Amino acid sequence: MATDVSQPQARAPRPSIDLIGWLRQNLFSNWWNSLISMALLFLVFQTLSGLFNWIVTSDGWPAVANNVRLLLVGRYPPDQTWRPELVVAMIALLLGLSGGLWRGIPLALAAGFALLILLLGLIALTLPPDQVAPLVPTTLFLFGSTGLVALGVAVAWRLGNLLRWPLVVAWIVLYPVAILILRGDATTAIETSLWGGLMLTLILAVSGIVLSFPLGILLALGRRSNLPVIKWFCIAYIELIRGVPLVTVLFMASLMLPLFLPSEVRIDAVVRAIVAVTLFSAAYMAENVRGGLQSLPRGQTEAARALGLNVVQTTLLITLPQALRAIIPVLVGQFIGLFKDTSLVVIIGLTDLLGMAQAINTQPQWLGIAGGVWRETFFVIAVVYWIFSFTMSRTARQIESRLNVSH
Amino acid sequence: MSGHAVGETIIICEHVNKWYGDFQALKDVSMQVKKGEVVVICGPSGSGKSTFIRTINRLEEHQEGRIVVDGIEMSNDIRNIDAIRREVGMVFQQFNLFPHLTVLQNVTLAPLWVRKKTRKESEVKAMELLERVGIIEQARKFPGQLSGGQQQRVAIARALAMEPRIMLFDEPTSALDPEMVKEVLDVMKTLARAGMTMLCVTHEMGFAREVADRVIFMDKGQIVEENTPEEFFNHPRHERTKLFLSQIL
Ligand SMILES: Nc1ncnc2c1ncn2[C@@H]1O[C@H](COP(=O)(O)OP(=O)(O)OP(=O)(O)O)[C@@H](O)[C@H]1O
Ligand SMILES: [Mg+2]
Repeated sequence: MATDVSQPQARAPRPSIDLIGWLRQNLFSNWWNSLISMALLFLVFQTLSGLFNWIVTSDGWPAVANNVRLLLVGRYPPDQTWRPELVVAMIALLLGLSGGLWRGIPLALAAGFALLILLLGLIALTLPPDQVAPLVPTTLFLFGSTGLVALGVAVAWRLGNLLRWPLVVAWIVLYPVAILILRGDATTAIETSLWGGLMLTLILAVSGIVLSFPLGILLALGRRSNLPVIKWFCIAYIELIRGVPLVTVLFMASLMLPLFLPSEVRIDAVVRAIVAVTLFSAAYMAENVRGGLQSLPRGQTEAARALGLNVVQTTLLITLPQALRAIIPVLVGQFIGLFKDTSLVVIIGLTDLLGMAQAINTQPQWLGIAGGVWRETFFVIAVVYWIFSFTMSRTARQIESRLNVSH
Repeated sequence: MSGHAVGETIIICEHVNKWYGDFQALKDVSMQVKKGEVVVICGPSGSGKSTFIRTINRLEEHQEGRIVVDGIEMSNDIRNIDAIRREVGMVFQQFNLFPHLTVLQNVTLAPLWVRKKTRKESEVKAMELLERVGIIEQARKFPGQLSGGQQQRVAIARALAMEPRIMLFDEPTSALDPEMVKEVLDVMKTLARAGMTMLCVTHEMGFAREVADRVIFMDKGQIVEENTPEEFFNHPRHERTKLFLSQIL
């Protein structure tokens, strides 16, 4: 009946060139090209060897190794460590299951995640014995999580489509469940003022992304609405927020918001930060979505309306899906920006990953080290930020090329 | 004239006027279409053909006059408009298929969401229609993977899936390469012979001669001449019609 066209065609033959040939063609085709190449190679070599040398000889690494806990979860009570660990384990299992079920991109993500935590565990084991000891439980946990990913893949590989809807539901409830687990119940409530490090950064970023996405879409649709009140409200909101820096919005949320509320209502600092990040990001999201909607030919709406679809159906089934596809690269760029911008919460007194790095630098035990431990701590958190951002942009690239195939 | 089974009046337009700002695009347009009739509308570019045909399913709003489609009076009431749109299918010059959906999904979309049919029902019906327009092998492809002629045939199937009582065509072959025009016209001819009420804006005069019951000539927002194809082509009454025919034939 139906023939599938997405089957790969026979590949065009690749021009086969050996390494020397490639080098000659691309780097040394003429004298000035060779000169530039040599200069650049020298620079790269200098940088890398300097970096390597510093990594091997630096005596600042204990500052990172001894503070892994702070960097990961901040001052979260040590006897409650099982909570964030449980969340990570759930993510590991869900990633594994998704990878096994949908293969493709989710599988790559699951594999990447498993590899990363495995690597972290192995790195921990290479440390000097006195430093390894306190890390052993964490290391074991990391290996266990790697196992969970593998288990998930194996299970989903067998069960297949049976898992589809349960898995979708599981991902949706993961966010609220994770927050509940981290917050604890009434008797063991863990103050958000104790949350910090990478955990806080991820909570802020994920909350911001998850909440600003629908809000931004609503604002974009509102801006195109025929109802003047809605339309002008959305325009005013979007233009107001886009006209001020995130810092201002954060300050507003943390200092001004309490003024508008009755004094007995106290809003949690993390919640205020999430609100600020969400409100800020939503305005940009709205403009991106609007751009996507405007890029669609008018005929799309006309065809949908002519078929009898109502406005809501036309938006949800026809225009919005196309608009969102068109702006995937822009959206991911925005999400990466948001992820990194969460580091600004330091100024309203939260200690996210960046805040923790700063805090570690002021610990008295590193005062003896010449130049402090800034380089080591900031290098590590830069790597962490990079891993997450790079994963996001790679994933987006993959999704994009998938979608292009299906057009 | 091809003499289709002609029944009661299904489209009534009386003194329809439409303005775009200060520019009057339709001037006192009155006409009627009977059930089963095939009416071809032609005229020079900018004469208001698209505007007129699009007022019939309210893609364009008219300011004065009365339009009644299948017994439903066109008003600002969205329920009336939706009711009319369910009975009126439309095929566009630019196909306007939904690029993010497969051919099959394009065709089943409206039956599923507007007619509230089951997936099974609408897919069976869709495959039947795709077979009728000769593209059943392409059902799982995306529109971007089809030729223009194939896309336009999918667009026809998509409109037919709603089981409309009237079909509107706005220059359905104008965006096609010459070798693909015939395959689309053939589908339209079959449809006309099967008794569908059709209103076609087209410059395919062969099509008009062969299947039209009536030809309407528009110029500057007005209906200038309205006649059977035979009379229209052989004995045009108005100078403007003669000029137009001399240019196009
Ligand atoms: N949205 C609009 N706003 C303003 N003027 C418009 C609009 N749409 C159409 N017009 C004008 O109305 C007139 C009739 O346009 P219409 O598209 O109906 O012509 P047409 O007969 O279909 O021409 P063509 O053969 O080129 O498709 C034209 O002069 C056009 O410029
Ligand atoms: Mg036109």
